[in-house]
Amino acid sequence: MNRTARPWLAKAIINGLLLGSAALAVLPLLWMLSASLMAPGEASSLPPRLLPAHASLDNYRALFGQAGMGRYLLNSLLVAGAITLLSLACNVAAGYAFAKLRFGGRERLFRGLLGALLIPAQVAMLPLFLLLKYLGLVNSYAGVIAPGMATVFGIFLVRQYARSVPDELLEAARIDGAGELRIFMQIVLPLLRPIVATLAIFSFLTAWNDFMWPLIVLTGQEHYTLPIALASLSREHWQDTELMMAGSVVTVLPVLLLFLAMQRYYLAGLMLGSVKG
Amino acid sequence: MNPPRAAWLFLMPALLVLGLFFVLPVLAALLLSFTDYDLYALADPRNLRFVALDNYWGLLQRPLFWSALGHTCYFVAVGVPLSMAASLGTALLLNSPLARGQAFFRTALFAPVVTTVVAVALIWRYLFNTKYGLVNEALAGFGIHPVDWLGDPHWAMPTIILFAVWKNFGYNMIILLAGLQAIPPELYEAARIDGASALRQFRHITLPMLRPTLLMVSILSVSGYFQLFAEPYVMTEGGPLQSTESVLYLMYDEGFKWWNLGSASAVAFLLFVVMFAVTALMLRLGRRGDAAEVQP
Amino acid sequence: MSAVRGRAPRRVEFRPVRRLRHAWLALASCILLAACGQAADTRQPLDFWTIGREGEAVAKLIPEFEKLHPDIQVRLQQLPLTAAHQKLLTAYAGDSTPDLSQLGNTWIPELVALHALAPLDQRVRQSRTIDPSDYFANIWATNQVGGQLYGIPWYVDTRLLFYRKDLLQAAGFDAPPRDWQEWSRMLAALSTGEGRERRYGILLPTNEFEQLLALALQQDYGPKPGDGLLRDGNRYGNFESAGFKRALSFYVEIFRRHQAPAITNGEASNPWNEFGRGVYAFYLSGPWNIGEFRTRLPAAQQDAWATAPLPGPDGPGASSAGGSSLVIFRRSRHQQAAWQLIEYLSQPAVQQRFYQLLGDMPPRRSSWAGEALRNDAKAQAFRDQLERVRPTPPIPEWERIVNEMQLQAARVIAGEVSVDQATAELDRRVDAMLAKRRWMLDRGGSAVP
Repeated sequence: MNRTARPWLAKAIINGLLLGSAALAVLPLLWMLSASLMAPGEASSLPPRLLPAHASLDNYRALFGQAGMGRYLLNSLLVAGAITLLSLACNVAAGYAFAKLRFGGRERLFRGLLGALLIPAQVAMLPLFLLLKYLGLVNSYAGVIAPGMATVFGIFLVRQYARSVPDELLEAARIDGAGELRIFMQIVLPLLRPIVATLAIFSFLTAWNDFMWPLIVLTGQEHYTLPIALASLSREHWQDTELMMAGSVVTVLPVLLLFLAMQRYYLAGLMLGSVKG
Repeated sequence: MNPPRAAWLFLMPALLVLGLFFVLPVLAALLLSFTDYDLYALADPRNLRFVALDNYWGLLQRPLFWSALGHTCYFVAVGVPLSMAASLGTALLLNSPLARGQAFFRTALFAPVVTTVVAVALIWRYLFNTKYGLVNEALAGFGIHPVDWLGDPHWAMPTIILFAVWKNFGYNMIILLAGLQAIPPELYEAARIDGASALRQFRHITLPMLRPTLLMVSILSVSGYFQLFAEPYVMTEGGPLQSTESVLYLMYDEGFKWWNLGSASAVAFLLFVVMFAVTALMLRLGRRGDAAEVQP
Repeated sequence: MSAVRGRAPRRVEFRPVRRLRHAWLALASCILLAACGQAADTRQPLDFWTIGREGEAVAKLIPEFEKLHPDIQVRLQQLPLTAAHQKLLTAYAGDSTPDLSQLGNTWIPELVALHALAPLDQRVRQSRTIDPSDYFANIWATNQVGGQLYGIPWYVDTRLLFYRKDLLQAAGFDAPPRDWQEWSRMLAALSTGEGRERRYGILLPTNEFEQLLALALQQDYGPKPGDGLLRDGNRYGNFESAGFKRALSFYVEIFRRHQAPAITNGEASNPWNEFGRGVYAFYLSGPWNIGEFRTRLPAAQQDAWATAPLPGPDGPGASSAGGSSLVIFRRSRHQQAAWQLIEYLSQPAVQQRFYQLLGDMPPRRSSWAGEALRNDAKAQAFRDQLERVRPTPPIPEWERIVNEMQLQAARVIAGEVSVDQATAELDRRVDAMLAKRRWMLDRGGSAVP
């Protein structure tokens, strides 16, 4: 009723609310960027300042020059990249098998895996540390990467999508004498491309942002990923607001850009993954 | 190669990884929680004792465990509804036919989700600084006295909740938006012809149609919010006065700070039990609601 | 999660995937780039961990060492102070300890109990640089466990007062306080103003245990030998003793009178600037802050601040016998090189430079004989304080106990509990922490020093 009576008002309210909430969502990030360009001490002045008096990249220079941020950036890229590639290989193969290949106990095994989703990952962390200790993998890239090489969520995502692959296609290939591996590589994988893209960006973002496990297993600074390095740096340099904000920019920017470039896949995967209930 | 054998080959890498790095450790954690495994035992296995349920018993008698559980439940009980309200609100706005620039707003609202917790928690720490923070400055504009956001035990958790809502609401917003878009437009059409107001349409069409999605999303959020750790680690280090120490924080401190792996494992299992109970209860209540709805 | 009962996947729209190939290429090149990040180096790597500010200062001393030892490459790591203890234990648990490390001397017993440290007696006997008799004896002793030496003192650390001379004078005090009574009067006179303009007598970050610990170490704990903050051979907590309650009451009273803000060091934003601006007149802290104040305060203000020994209940008081030592880990495969670095860092000339860089006090007398320290009025207060330092109980559980002590103290400050309630709770928790120690002692365990 109201809507038809005063459409311009409703329109103004709705768009105003949208603008307001979007501002709340983005402003902290913009302040981070602004503070990272301020001179030391400028962000803790009274009254607080919104924009730098003279924008400079000195904080970034200090970060990469003295604090070794370049190394952490490379570590993060290496760890997140390796987890993405390896987990894709494991998850896609397994998800396809659950969706399209017949074998005894398939449903039971799959349900068991989903049940494992209920157990918080942290339950496994303590013994996992001891296990990696005996494998000699504490404080190594492998120690961070190994537990992330397969995820129940990834397998589930691929399975959901792979079920739409027509059985006739696979049967026809089998009749033509193609091996299972060839069928997978040449027929199934191309069809699964969209979900692979989705899963890739999911895995990369998760691995990039992961905090608790790398914090535990990486004891040496030479292996630190960006979030760990940033948390460590912040405990020593909490009073250097501007420097810390530059560190936050370096940590957040790569994933934000990646998201902006590939958000279609990300959001699509989010909806697909949500068809759980 | 026949399909079953191929299937196992395809499954092998994933199952191996999950078995070795998840299932096995979970079982080991259960065993560990019945021992007093600590630094002394790490140095010399002869210092290891089997203590049966002592760790659990000890925890249940420790005020710190109960307060950590209390803080976590507070975080979940306030954080999840707030977060859901924000998600639903923004999803409705985005779904409105009157909204302009949806793609832009969707991206902006979603941006906090993809950011790194540690980095953005730092931002919040500075924004909510009592003396120099912009939040208090803005409130001063309304004549409100400065609030000691992260230093006052009564305000620290609310501040962390606000942060978590800001960081996470975009995720559920997208899922709810998809749910909203899946509601057939004819339903609204018919309601409008019947002269139903926007509010009535929301109550009688939107909410019931969205119900399964809402239930699923809230269950996932609850189990996510129970795993509170990085936010207090960066923003308050569990303080002030341990008022933001969550169960997981307690597990981390107990296990990886003081190396009492036995009692830390017990903490982890108690958290698991609580999470399981709460989500199971929500599911049951949700289903019962469903059943009631079907009745004429 | 609830039930995946074979519901068909919702169709999701995807655009063509051409651009994906570029993404793969980008990803692969990222990994390659990261992998190539580590350049090859034929020198012997030596992992050296430092804690807190020391890392930045010592980095300036390393190039000279590497010039003297071209076959050694020192890889320096800086652990944040608040995470250092935990990082060291994690490294031990994960078999990834460094070759050598800076180690707070109160942590030595803990790592010795874990068999993590290499004994150093043999090396000291053969050394031409390190002469035990040149070191302050009470500091050297904190590095010995069960008659064996596990660390070489690197710098000494005790807590005392930094104060604003000009502010004290303006308030009518010509000299720093000598006892608690005088100190209290000054704190009262120097705490003025309201709201944002509030000026405090002193800054005592509520998450740092060192200040309360220093006050507690000044106390008398009865006639039984060995009793202090713990009793009966360090088997039980002794926090309900009159001595500790007195220290805690004095400490808490400062906050109750709003002479110190009840904030953690994380909320103190920038304590040095605020000290310079006169927000705090006293700052109870350690020697490294001499360096911080020298670099962070403007030149015009350098004469306005000074240091003074900690006042005791009835006259000059004791403080903690803190400090850091250099230790070599048992697992290290470069113990000889690590020892060479320790010897280098122990040379009086190097220690004097270290002092100039950071303000850390050297542990050997010959280092104090140099120009830099002898003529430094700000350092002399520390020299004076070092004559009156007391050690903390040398047991592995100490770090956890002292953290718990501060947690309980913070609760009293916040008005949640009384001094009596807090100390009773503290003893209860400490006794529980020491349960395993008691069991091991009763069993005749060897792991306990």
